[in-house]
Amino acid sequence: MTRKGRRLAMIGSAVAVLAVALGLVLFAMRGNVTYFFSPTEIVEKNVQPGARLRVGGLVKEGSVLKEAGQKITFLVTDTTRDLKVTYVGLLPDLFREGQGVVAEGVLDAADRFTATTVLAKHDENYMPREVADSLKKQGHWQGEKPAAQK
Amino acid sequence: MIVETGHFALVLALAVALVQSLVPLWGAAQGDVALQRVAAPAALMQFALVTVAFLALIWAYLTSDFSVQNVVENSHSAKPLIYKISAVWGNHEGSMLLWVFILALFGAAAAVVGQDMPLRQRANTLAAQGWISTAFLLFILLTSNPFARLDPAPLEGRDLNPILQDPGLAIHPPLLYIGYVGFSIAFSFAAGALLSGRIDAAWARWTRPWLLVAWIFLTLGIAMGSYWAYYELGWGGFWFWDPVENASLMPWLSGTALLHSIIVMEKRDALKVWTLFLAIVSFSLSLLGTFLVRSGVLTSVHAFATDPARGVFILGILIVFIGGSLALYAWRAPMLKQGGLFAPISREGALVLNNLFLSAATATVFVGTLYPLALEATTGEKISVGAPFFNLTFGPLFLALLMIVPFGQSLAWKRGDLAAVAQRLVAAGVVALVAGALVWAYASGGSAVAALGAALSVFVIVGSFIELASRAWRSGGGLGLALRRAAGLPLSAWGTAMAHAGLGVTLLGLSATWWGAEKILTAKAGETLEIAGYQIKVDALTPRSGSNYTEMVAPMQVFRDGVKIATIEPSKRNYTTRKMPTTEAGIATIGLGQVYVALADESTPGEIGMRLYWKPLVLLIWIGSLVMSLGGALSLADRRLRIGVARRAAPRAAVPAE
Repeated sequence: MTRKGRRLAMIGSAVAVLAVALGLVLFAMRGNVTYFFSPTEIVEKNVQPGARLRVGGLVKEGSVLKEAGQKITFLVTDTTRDLKVTYVGLLPDLFREGQGVVAEGVLDAADRFTATTVLAKHDENYMPREVADSLKKQGHWQGEKPAAQK
Repeated sequence: MIVETGHFALVLALAVALVQSLVPLWGAAQGDVALQRVAAPAALMQFALVTVAFLALIWAYLTSDFSVQNVVENSHSAKPLIYKISAVWGNHEGSMLLWVFILALFGAAAAVVGQDMPLRQRANTLAAQGWISTAFLLFILLTSNPFARLDPAPLEGRDLNPILQDPGLAIHPPLLYIGYVGFSIAFSFAAGALLSGRIDAAWARWTRPWLLVAWIFLTLGIAMGSYWAYYELGWGGFWFWDPVENASLMPWLSGTALLHSIIVMEKRDALKVWTLFLAIVSFSLSLLGTFLVRSGVLTSVHAFATDPARGVFILGILIVFIGGSLALYAWRAPMLKQGGLFAPISREGALVLNNLFLSAATATVFVGTLYPLALEATTGEKISVGAPFFNLTFGPLFLALLMIVPFGQSLAWKRGDLAAVAQRLVAAGVVALVAGALVWAYASGGSAVAALGAALSVFVIVGSFIELASRAWRSGGGLGLALRRAAGLPLSAWGTAMAHAGLGVTLLGLSATWWGAEKILTAKAGETLEIAGYQIKVDALTPRSGSNYTEMVAPMQVFRDGVKIATIEPSKRNYTTRKMPTTEAGIATIGLGQVYVALADESTPGEIGMRLYWKPLVLLIWIGSLVMSLGGALSLADRRLRIGVARRAAPRAAVPAE
């Protein structure tokens, strides 16, 4: 093979592999990313039922209901609006009333949500960043609690 | 006193690191031998000082010195000894100290081992190592001092985060950091080569063992972290495509590419400029990983409380090092002598293809991890990119790469014969097809993905050893001769085969997840549950207590056809000091598969909610990583790769250090 041919083979295969990678990324970006909303944003942005998304806020005090077959319902609130979340499965260890939570799943109606995943964090001082941001926006952010007062 | 000594040693280490970063560089520029010779003792001195600091912090933990803030926040006098030690790096400040300790260790090792190197190159390399040390020592001293005192000192500490109290997590960070930081040596070698304007096959020989060490440890570290997440988090998953996990995968991918391209450089004196680029990228991705984990800019399931000020500092380090090294690369790389081109159908051609796929795979992980961040910064929209994205992008690229692994390994250097190689691999292909068909039949109605995955993994495993077999088996030899020949093959050939086979083994474990079983249910004491042919008898919940926790255990007996094969004790723990619950999964290992039970919170008295899994061949996922690492170790053990051997073999000419 000539020098030119070798160079072409090299460049050609590089372009081909990168083009495939780029194509895959663009294709996957269209249907496989999930947006994050607070319960208020779901109403404000008029998110349609059936959409796959992440929702975050605080678990409303006194709203957690456990039913048979590990079915759990609870309200996620950003203190302006609530969203009723249904989840079948094991809750993460740090799931508590009054604490931040992120649920991923499908929106059934503007105020109902079926979660496939409820996210846990490894650290009890940690607030999911999206939740912290959305609470800040709503003006309910109290800041990180000073650790000494715990 | 000891704590202050540690702090002071760290300050001194910074001073020494500054000397190490500047003096040898100046010496190299001026051609001053004495100044260049400063590099090695400075690296050793810096290592000694950082060791003192590290030991001082360990001592503070061992003696539960609660006047040190870091100890108060992460330790407790009642904690088992092993977790007192592992707590040293189970927090931000301490883990950064571990980072710098390993960095200094590598620097010192390079100073000792690199004595055969030309003085100028050695001075430049160690200076580059000094820059990294300086940056991270500054970071520790200015934003994350582990030696800060508390006044008044509390009587008791707040304990380590319970999920970190686990033997797996005791060794996961050191393994991972040896991997991350090991790439700093390749980076420094690259920077040294760029500064010296000299790069050749000898450079590849010097760099490759370091790279192998880093790669072996990073492989082990990632596998360990994944196994830890699997059994400790109680989700039954082992990889979540979470930003923090991706942060360790990216340097592994580019490091693997580097490991392959450097072979081409060593054997064929080609791909030099590309190899330098990969060396810079691999360490940059390690730095990026540190930034992602430590800054909290990305939402991660593994995120711990973080401090934005530190994130900004690490971002600064990131910009200076990545920007600086790429600028140096752009400036100096065009002056390096390019290697030749080669035929596409050859071992080196296959290695280029390997590099293309690995780079593209790294890029997809990079995009998936950082795109949400970029989008939020520019539009304010928040998205998350999860498993479906990576399965669709990374998945096909990596599977395609695995397809070509056995071919590449069997091709000859310079001019390969693809037809002959394909002929040799026919056997592997047949075995693979049979395996795929068996899986298809066994997992009736099972997924085609599982069958394809199993077939591909068998192809990779068998294909990896076919090359060895064909080298050992010559016509008319007989089995004895073939075995003797096989034993006589170079260790690096065995290493390659093992590493590639390990990849196949891991893929087989991954494919098996498709024919596992999962159930979510509620059971009463005395009830017998059924999953995938196993019967699980549930006993009553019993309370129990450990040294720093209390737990509710649900003992269970696992039967198969009426024969008891295991007892498991899944539990819900409550760590008293932090009032933090954790789920301890009950795992029964049966062959290579596992029955895995995770408990839910007790909602109604007497009823135990749980998630039940049967995970066939799941252990192969991690065994494959061990096999890969073993392959790396064999390759490292190959004496031919060592620069000293080649030198000793050559007639000793008097070569004065420039």
